Amino acid sequence: MLVSLNWLKQYVDIEGIAAEELAEKITRSGIEVDAVIDRSQGMTNVVVGYVVSKEKHPDADKLNICQVEVGEGDVRQIICGAPNVAAGQKVIVALPGARLPGGVKIKKAKMRGQESNGMICSLQELGVEGRVVPKAYADGIYVLPEDAVPGSDALELVGLRDIVLELGLTPNRSDALSMLGVAYEVAAILSKEVKLPEIQYESISEKAEDYINVRVEAKENPLYAAKVVKNVKIAESPLWLQHYLMAAGVRPHNNVVDITNYILMEYGQPLHAFDYESLNSKEIVVRLATEGEKIVTLDEQERTLNAHNLVITNGVEPVAVAGVMGGANSEVTNETTTVVIEAAYFEGISVRRTSKELGLRSDSSARFEKGVDPNRVLLASERAAQMLAEIAGGEVLEGTVLVDDLDKTPARVVVSPDYINSRLGMKISLEEMLSILNRLQFDVEAANGLLIIDVPTRRQDIKIEEDIIEEIARLFGYDEIPMTLPEGNEQVGGLTPYQAKRRIVRNVLEGAGLYQAITYSLTSDELAQKFALKAEDTTKLLMPMSEERSTLRQSLIPHLVEAASYNVARKADSVSLYEIGSVFLGQTEEQLPYEEEHIAFVLTGKWVDHTWQGEKLNVDFFVAKGIIESLFEKLGLTDRLSFTKTTVDGLHPGQTAAIFLDGEKIGLIGGLHPTERKQYDLKETYVAELNLKAILAATVEDLVYAPVPRFPAMTRDIALELDRSKPAGEIVEIIRQAGTKLLKEVKVFDVYEGEKMEAGKKSVAFSLTYFDPERTLTDDEVVNAHNKVLKVLTEAGAELR
Amino acid sequence: MEQQLKQLEQEALAKLQAASNLKELNDVRVAYLGKKGPITDLLKGMGKLSPEERPKMGALVNAVRENVTAQLEQRAVVLEEQAIQEQLEKESIDVTLPGRPVRSGNRHPLTRVVEEIEDLFVSMGYTIAEGTEVERDYYNFEALNLPKGHPARDMQDTFYITEETLLRTHTSPVQARTMEAKKGEPIRIISPGKVFRRDNDDATHSHQFMQIEGLVVGENIRMSDLKGTLDKLAKKMFGNDREIRLRPSFFPFTEPSVEMDISCFKCGGSGCNVCKQTGWIEILGAGMVHPNVLEMAGYDSKKVSGFAFGIGAERIAMLKYGVDDIRHFYTNDSRFLSQFHRTEG
Ligand SMILES: [Zn+2]
Repeated sequence: MLVSLNWLKQYVDIEGIAAEELAEKITRSGIEVDAVIDRSQGMTNVVVGYVVSKEKHPDADKLNICQVEVGEGDVRQIICGAPNVAAGQKVIVALPGARLPGGVKIKKAKMRGQESNGMICSLQELGVEGRVVPKAYADGIYVLPEDAVPGSDALELVGLRDIVLELGLTPNRSDALSMLGVAYEVAAILSKEVKLPEIQYESISEKAEDYINVRVEAKENPLYAAKVVKNVKIAESPLWLQHYLMAAGVRPHNNVVDITNYILMEYGQPLHAFDYESLNSKEIVVRLATEGEKIVTLDEQERTLNAHNLVITNGVEPVAVAGVMGGANSEVTNETTTVVIEAAYFEGISVRRTSKELGLRSDSSARFEKGVDPNRVLLASERAAQMLAEIAGGEVLEGTVLVDDLDKTPARVVVSPDYINSRLGMKISLEEMLSILNRLQFDVEAANGLLIIDVPTRRQDIKIEEDIIEEIARLFGYDEIPMTLPEGNEQVGGLTPYQAKRRIVRNVLEGAGLYQAITYSLTSDELAQKFALKAEDTTKLLMPMSEERSTLRQSLIPHLVEAASYNVARKADSVSLYEIGSVFLGQTEEQLPYEEEHIAFVLTGKWVDHTWQGEKLNVDFFVAKGIIESLFEKLGLTDRLSFTKTTVDGLHPGQTAAIFLDGEKIGLIGGLHPTERKQYDLKETYVAELNLKAILAATVEDLVYAPVPRFPAMTRDIALELDRSKPAGEIVEIIRQAGTKLLKEVKVFDVYEGEKMEAGKKSVAFSLTYFDPERTLTDDEVVNAHNKVLKVLTEAGAELR
Repeated sequence: MEQQLKQLEQEALAKLQAASNLKELNDVRVAYLGKKGPITDLLKGMGKLSPEERPKMGALVNAVRENVTAQLEQRAVVLEEQAIQEQLEKESIDVTLPGRPVRSGNRHPLTRVVEEIEDLFVSMGYTIAEGTEVERDYYNFEALNLPKGHPARDMQDTFYITEETLLRTHTSPVQARTMEAKKGEPIRIISPGKVFRRDNDDATHSHQFMQIEGLVVGENIRMSDLKGTLDKLAKKMFGNDREIRLRPSFFPFTEPSVEMDISCFKCGGSGCNVCKQTGWIEILGAGMVHPNVLEMAGYDSKKVSGFAFGIGAERIAMLKYGVDDIRHFYTNDSRFLSQFHRTEG
């Protein structure tokens, strides 16, 4: 909402308050002022000029040489290129030395050899937005009325000596979508009176009801009033009216349309003017549209209606989409003489739905949607009649044709001052509360320790006690509220075990050198299930903004790979990122996807890069696996973790493992398939994803100290020749099974494949640690235990080397 | 013999002085004082001397031996010192060369902000409640006093999945569900999480972002409690000399509703580009829980009241770290992420 202070002054006394100060007060007490706009923008030397004569420039087709009087006896030559400049016009002249918006400085100049002492201006050149400039002047200079005095201040005349406050209104404050509403707010803040417009006019003896009949056939329209004004003379509106509209961001058209728009801005009540002749009927019927019914609206678009859209018809066909936009078929034109003014109350939900469906938002629909003041509908129609008589020379017919079933009683709120203070944590006196409510012009009575308040219907947002608390607090001042902390808490704060462990997981990965990434939950349909641990039904948006963000992901890996690719494309030689985020699987009883928190990471490039000492190591599968192992070690789950070779689409078939916790599959790890790497322009890249929810749900025993060993351990090594495809993990498992309780640890310490081995074979060396916490083991005991292991291995077909 | 002894002494002293390291010195020791050395030989030959001469010669030999031994020890100290010097010289390094890098990553700046806020509220007795990113329309809107068709729904353009399910537009559904589950009991929670709005991604908009909300419900929860709590938050995040101010605002789920500004941390209030010359920076929205919201969750709004607030983690991070484009938080450029490594303060 744009509020011209010149206009606002008509209703409330704001003399002596600087615009910035007023804006600050308004902002602090309830309505945010987004901007304070000085319409003069520091312009100087802009005066009224009289075009005495106009000749064609001898050397330029599009230029004219004008002699312009810019003060008593002060005639100057000015070159003007506007197509509409003509002798006899009063125009706006920027004299040499003038400063115009956008840093333009006017100087004496020669244009194609002819001297020019200034510039004849369009409104746009004075900083007025093109979309609000009247169409007649949109592509040329602005022409002033004949009575303008040459040499006088042109800015004053075109309403640019004005300051506009741009209000950022929240949806509840639709009352401030009108100048009067803003006036009430400002009056309450400044403790001033509101001067309402005086409505007075004379009617002629003809009766409106003889011209038009109104029938309402839809509950969405509880009030419809029509007034008839004849013999209107369509013309430009007076300047002041046009300038108020332009300041409010509305383009002037003609006096009739401008009057309806003026009242829309003044009262917040949308009006519509029909050309009586082209209505072609003596009745107005308000009804729901028939499915597929069509109307061409004022913007010359054909609209197809739904059966729940409310329309105004002439009994046969629609002439307006109720509350949204009029029809082209009944538009006021230059030939119009008799107009029907519609003032109505249309239900907000209906208007909102229609306006949304048609993709058509107007100043009118914006107000109906939020609920207009039921008590201003008829006032606005009277105001329109008055202005049509005064400004357009119209004759107002006797009476209003009215269908009225609208409840106009004010809301009553009863609240105790103690309740107000207890909710605020303050001590505001009863007198202070009454004073604030009076300033708001709420009808209030204090009785039996209660405030009984009848809220004016212009404040549709105030219905309950808390609304009154807010009104009192905001006008008393939020700065006055003390600072306390909530009392009486018995709850101990803290993280849940899950949340605490998740932070530890972050620490482990970051300690390993990974950076936390955050990527989008929405992805493309194509990537949604890629690398998914378990692909289930996907969840898709009803109306995605793009295919790329249309479906909820089931794996974190695709976006991490994209991020790695993004970094590599920007010359990062190594990337290590992890992410913790939800994947979205199938559907729960609540029709929501089952959300499972996962952790994933991507590694590419160098793992160790310590150049001057010649140490470099690229990431490989075992770097990735090591990270997972250290994570499980931190979580006390090492013994319950296992890896099994597997294949996954998009991963290298020889470098991929499924990860199990207590025998249940909870993750995958693998190298990115060469074709994928090519697509993303990546070198060797390793990824892993784990079901974090499952991992953190696995509980471990409490930590109890084990005595520090007092006796030495003994180690024995075994080297085996194995098929190249034989997993070493299986041998470790066999050794563990075979070992007596003295066998404490089995480690792989060497793997060899190459020249010295037969093709298809490898040598794997294991180191076995024997230990008894109670005593030093004898050689014989170790030999016995070790021989048992060797025996089992031999029986299993292993070849000792 | 005495002559011989003197000569031996001279020789030994000359050789031990000539020894250039401990090994050579030891060779000298063995050569002159060892069991097979000449001095020992001389002692052995004393039997041939007359009884008068024996003590005299004995004393003399001993004196020579002691002198050589003492000189040896002195020389050893020098050579040891020299050996250590040589070792130190050999082991000297260029200490200005870079150290072996220790790998270490870090949290995302948004997580850093979220955890900082979580920790503050945990210290004030709050717990952390989390919810799902996909929600029911009921918990995201209706239970928060936003019935279907309410104009204020336009404030939050929504990604719908079906007519009844959607991507949450705020973490408030966690509040609604917590209240419903607590069945009238007091509540103190903080709820961080990812939220979504139908926005085109640009420098100031992101279709996905991170929100942190707080909710306190109980008997006699006052607006002054909200103000005091927000003051703690502002000081924790932006420094102890921050002041706060509340401005009236509107959210359907709170009444009264406020927006909180902090005094500008860059200019201190005199006006600069960060605060757009106003001296104040808008930080968050808050308010007293709307009675309808309490009632819908089964609380008696006449007996129980509450406050709630919501913070955008991106906004905090952008202000705190001077980040100028919200998209940085989601492109995961290592050159961006790795900047949030060190501690502050
Ligand atoms: Zn500042």
